[in-house]
Amino acid sequence: MQDLISLFVKSIFVDNMVFAFFLGMCSFLAVSKNVKTSAGLGLAVIFVLGITLPVNYLLNKYVLSPGSLAWLGEGFADIDLSFLSMIVFIAVIASMVQIVEMFVEKFSPSLYSSLGIFLPLIAVNCAVFAGSLFMQERGYETLGEATVYGIGSGVGWCLAIVTMAAIREKLAYSNVPKPLKGLGITFIITGLMGMAFMSFMGIKL
Amino acid sequence: MDKNIFIKPLFTANPITVLVLGICSALAVTAKLQPACIMALSVTIVTGCSSFLVSLIRNTIPNRIRIIIQLVVVALFVILVDQILKAYVYEISKQLSVYVGLIITNCILMGRIEAFALGNKPIPSFIDGIANGMGYGIILIAIAFVRELLGFGTLFGHQIIPLSWYASNGGFYENNGLFSMAPMALILVGIVVWIQRSIQKDLQEK
Repeated sequence: MQDLISLFVKSIFVDNMVFAFFLGMCSFLAVSKNVKTSAGLGLAVIFVLGITLPVNYLLNKYVLSPGSLAWLGEGFADIDLSFLSMIVFIAVIASMVQIVEMFVEKFSPSLYSSLGIFLPLIAVNCAVFAGSLFMQERGYETLGEATVYGIGSGVGWCLAIVTMAAIREKLAYSNVPKPLKGLGITFIITGLMGMAFMSFMGIKL
Repeated sequence: MDKNIFIKPLFTANPITVLVLGICSALAVTAKLQPACIMALSVTIVTGCSSFLVSLIRNTIPNRIRIIIQLVVVALFVILVDQILKAYVYEISKQLSVYVGLIITNCILMGRIEAFALGNKPIPSFIDGIANGMGYGIILIAIAFVRELLGFGTLFGHQIIPLSWYASNGGFYENNGLFSMAPMALILVGIVVWIQRSIQKDLQEK
């Protein structure tokens, strides 16, 4: 249990998707103009990461990694399908996003109207895809670990985009040099926030 | 053929500094020049080939499932590149880790396929893809140049700053370790955007 809690904290702060790995930057820069919409997108990312990581974990464990097809019988034990993992992961993410979208539309129209426009965007959000790739590369051992890692990195991404949006809302009133306005200053602020998050790096959990 | 297809993505419509596409991988692999060059080359090849292929089959793709088809085409080329890197430059493919796979979700690819390849003939689409990959590569290499020189004192792994300058050898110089860290890449991109927008005034935001 303690392992899971420390993995959760680690994936939010130490291995923050945005500030430590620059993942999901495209939508991070494009959507972080006001707090409300960025909170919506952040929630959608947590949701999708929390669902796709366990699914991809099971696929990786029982279909893709070398020797994992042994449960089918003797002859399958030395098959290695790991070169297919990228295409399988992206297909799972794209179809999961589609299913989640239909499900939410059917059962919770109010949530759908607030999240709806963001859900298709998430299929190509690199943070979601990278979650699955990191899960495979670091070899998380149990389903619980994979799920906790997924939710944790989603929370980290959500935290980053909401703080960024809050700063940009205030920034609208300040006097930024003209060529730096908009995109330029956003990059520099993200860099400065990244430096602040670097202080978590020494923490051993 | 129209020269603009090739020239524009390099400078005035650069995918990173103007269109804001493909930032994620741009920043993570720029700590040293060598991985940055390999990454730039891989992205150029993948954008060129996948734009070409999508444009070739554009009239037969049903509109409703086009995103999935595009993802599959892109994934095909990324897997090819990934396997080639693993076979020939294994050390670098380890350094790039998941970022080669992340070319699949690189927005430059989807952006160019949606905006250009779906409405144009295969050859111009191929050139557009290559040019966008190169525009991305220029920024990548420029940032990696500064980061490796100031952060490690080397270029392509060769020592550039004389060893006798270093404080440990009785000199006055220290490597700036901050440049090898992630946040400096963002600040450098910010500075590139700043320089470009003070030259090209029409890009400035109100």
